[in-house]
Amino acid sequence: MDFLILNEGMPLLSVLIFLPLVGALIALFMPSDSTSRIWALIVTSINAVLSFSLYSGFDVSTYKYQFGEHVSWIPAWDINYTLGVDGISLLLILMTTLIMPFCVLASWRYIEKRVKPFMICLLIMETSMVGVFAALDFVLFYVLWEAMLIPMYLLIAIWGGPRKVYASIKFFLYTLAGSVMLLVAIIALYLANAPHTFSIPALMGQQYSTLFQLLVFGAFFLAFAIKVPMFPFHTWLPAAHVEAPTAGSVILASILLKMGTYGFLRFCLPITPEATIRLMPYILWLSVAGILYGGFTALAQKDMKKLIAYSSVGHMGFVTLGIFVLKTQGIEGSLLQMINHGVTTGALFLCVGMIYERTHSRELSTATGIGKQMPVFVTFLAFFSLSSLAFPGTNSFVGEFLILVGSFAKNKIVAGAAIPGAILAAAYMLRMLQKIIWGGTNNPQITIADLNTREIVTLAPFLVFVFWIGLSPAPFLDVMHTSVAHLLDQVNSGTAALAVATILP
Amino acid sequence: MKLMLFAPELLLLLGSLLIFLFSLTDEDGRNAKNTAIAVAVGTAILIFSGLNNNGDLFLGAYRVDLFSQLFKLMISLGVTAVLIFGRELKDITDDIRPEYYLFLLLSALGLMMLVSSIELITLFVALELSSFSLYILVPMRSDQKGLRSQMEAGIKYILFGVTATGIMLYGMSYLFGLTGTTYLVDMLPRLTGLIGEPAAIAGIAMLMCGFLFKLAVFPFHFWVPDVYQGASNETTAFIASVPKLGAVAILIRIVMMAAPEGTALINMMVVLAICSMFYGNLSALVQTDIKRMLGFSGIAHAGYVLLGLMTFKELGYATSMYYIFGYLVMNLACFLVICKVSKSGENVNVKDLTGLHKRSPVLAFTMAVGMLALAGIPPFVGFMGKFMLLAGALKAGQLTLVILAAINTAIAIYYYLSVVKVTYCDNPDGHADLHVDFATKALSVILVIAIIVMGALPTQVLAIATSAVQSIM
Repeated sequence: MDFLILNEGMPLLSVLIFLPLVGALIALFMPSDSTSRIWALIVTSINAVLSFSLYSGFDVSTYKYQFGEHVSWIPAWDINYTLGVDGISLLLILMTTLIMPFCVLASWRYIEKRVKPFMICLLIMETSMVGVFAALDFVLFYVLWEAMLIPMYLLIAIWGGPRKVYASIKFFLYTLAGSVMLLVAIIALYLANAPHTFSIPALMGQQYSTLFQLLVFGAFFLAFAIKVPMFPFHTWLPAAHVEAPTAGSVILASILLKMGTYGFLRFCLPITPEATIRLMPYILWLSVAGILYGGFTALAQKDMKKLIAYSSVGHMGFVTLGIFVLKTQGIEGSLLQMINHGVTTGALFLCVGMIYERTHSRELSTATGIGKQMPVFVTFLAFFSLSSLAFPGTNSFVGEFLILVGSFAKNKIVAGAAIPGAILAAAYMLRMLQKIIWGGTNNPQITIADLNTREIVTLAPFLVFVFWIGLSPAPFLDVMHTSVAHLLDQVNSGTAALAVATILP
Repeated sequence: MKLMLFAPELLLLLGSLLIFLFSLTDEDGRNAKNTAIAVAVGTAILIFSGLNNNGDLFLGAYRVDLFSQLFKLMISLGVTAVLIFGRELKDITDDIRPEYYLFLLLSALGLMMLVSSIELITLFVALELSSFSLYILVPMRSDQKGLRSQMEAGIKYILFGVTATGIMLYGMSYLFGLTGTTYLVDMLPRLTGLIGEPAAIAGIAMLMCGFLFKLAVFPFHFWVPDVYQGASNETTAFIASVPKLGAVAILIRIVMMAAPEGTALINMMVVLAICSMFYGNLSALVQTDIKRMLGFSGIAHAGYVLLGLMTFKELGYATSMYYIFGYLVMNLACFLVICKVSKSGENVNVKDLTGLHKRSPVLAFTMAVGMLALAGIPPFVGFMGKFMLLAGALKAGQLTLVILAAINTAIAIYYYLSVVKVTYCDNPDGHADLHVDFATKALSVILVIAIIVMGALPTQVLAIATSAVQSIM
């Protein structure tokens, strides 16, 4: 257990995981829709406030997992309930807990029927999402990873748009089919170690044979690449995004997609370093393909949600690019970009949801020229769009810049090939902005109300983060330095052993 | 007190005799129903209170130990559940209801005796008591449409069943010839030297046939779809869940005889498991009758159970037990919904579940949990069982089998999910609301909680299953 710094006092991570679940159980007995709304807001807010102590208590000088908890769960298989946070997962957990109250707020009027089950689904989602990022036992991770599918499926399938059935089933099947081999890989890893263990940190830095690493990496990659989603595994994403209710889209874009890239960082790199190095060139080019493909496809969209969904494919391409260049700047940029994408794309989906609540359409053509009637709204939209295209001064600029620095240090051709993606992002975001703000007055809608206080409160924190990370990223980068350095050490020592092995007869 | 060892079975027997008396008088089955429920509950309580009983009966042919008591407990709980949610017996005419309860209890009695039998003839008698009662239950369905599909199902069931039993008897004769005894306890040491012999392997394999038939493993599955479809919903609920417990119990006992060096037997089980999983899941994909679909899914699940048996390890057997207990609970949850959705006892199509979430939220939730649990999604019991089976099989070196089983999980999710889809995504359009009585509601909540708790906290169940397996090793 030397990798884990056990938590003294209150088991903070368990509280963060189980508070929403308890809240969901209590919500079952809530009498009316409005009380369950308020209740969900209270629970998610308490969780968000509690999670701040995660940041304040975090020790940036160690790569070890902090706030650790370790309880035996299934002794017959040596499966434990092990939790811990390091510099890689800390910001993701914080983002999850901070975004959830705004998901509740965004659903305040959007969800009109069956509010109580909706809120219960949201709360269960939060439990499994925080759990996935905090789990340090592979079985615990897998249970939470899969359990998440059910509430997310219901969020899309019940409260979704016209093609919700197709979108929800596609989402479920894709994700599940991707992760069945993950389960086999987990068991194979368990058996490959002596003594057998499901502890994720204990599985890292072991000497596995090349073939074994490649197979395990393949299983990991399939599961995580679908979740990210990387080109060409992305086809479930636009469907799911378009049909999901606003809160569902925000959760999908901000948090669920990050689980794929988190999986790469947490499992692929440290557990199978040799396979990572061997397969790196292919994955880099897949990332570039995703960046360009996402950009071009977004440029052609008429549906705003689809546009943002395809832009996500491009942005997540940058994230995987940064991870697999295996440079400090690249990985730190990727981690920061994961947060940025969560903030910016989440906010953009909220914006589209607010238009949809007013015009009941997500078509760009029906939203043209609403800038005149909604000045406050388009101010927000403009800043989020600028952030999405990585305008200097906003958060995404820092992330993409770091990723590109890392990429150029690694491979100039790959990095050069990704550059047009940044231009494409400007093209499709400005196209959307131009239509919405100055798109002429042929809009049949007569009067559209501007944002109310609740909606401004929903969007404002996102804007704060856009500029905070954009102008002063140090507090965010500081927490990840040690863990990222340790991660790269693990990859390098794994490959150093490879080099020695090839020299020896 | 040797009598106390046999008390649960005696209670069931006396209850059956009482119901037999009711069947002689002219009554509508209400007394028979209440008696049956009371007897089933009483049996469950008796078994639970004597869970740690130990002892031999009937010249050593009948053994009561933790292993048998555990299975008996699950059998009696399963029967109780079926009696409670199926107590309307919508598709059984009033005049034969006492007989229906009589044979249902006798079948349960046969199963309970089966799991305690450690002598081949006793085993055979117990199995036949249970099977013949079931053969009679199937055609008891009233002939609403005049198609006589229940008769077809009954005939198929008995023909396939008798054939499987015949093969089993033939296998028994081999084992008797080789060892000169019908007692499993004596047979075990005498077989150790012979286990590599083709005759011994053939004998054990054929002996297994009778129980593979009950479990509906691949080449013995032909009865499943038609019997599930032809029998009334309540009967199918019973056939689909409870007899499989008995089959797994005896299969564990048989497989133990072949351990640790039955390579041929392992290979046989691997092939059967793969065939069952693929056949069951691929066929289930295209079913519209939900009972048929669950039948095919049951074939696939039988394949999963073999994964635990073929490890020849204590933990493997325990995992199989855990899985079949979980399967019982998941299956009962699904059949509870089927029995309640069916208005007058007719078969339920997937379409009939349309908009169930509005017509009856409790039933819809139970159905969704049952289906997703069968599909093996965490945190439900189906996932934990499947996970441990896969881990055990991989530990035994069966990588191909494990990968194929994992692929099957992905195939299966589609048809389970499509049921969840119609219950939750569609509007009722025209389908009437359903009234669910309190007992059924309570039972569904209990089943759902059991599915979740067994899945999230499997340690206790696994520990008691392990010590049960140890008690017979």
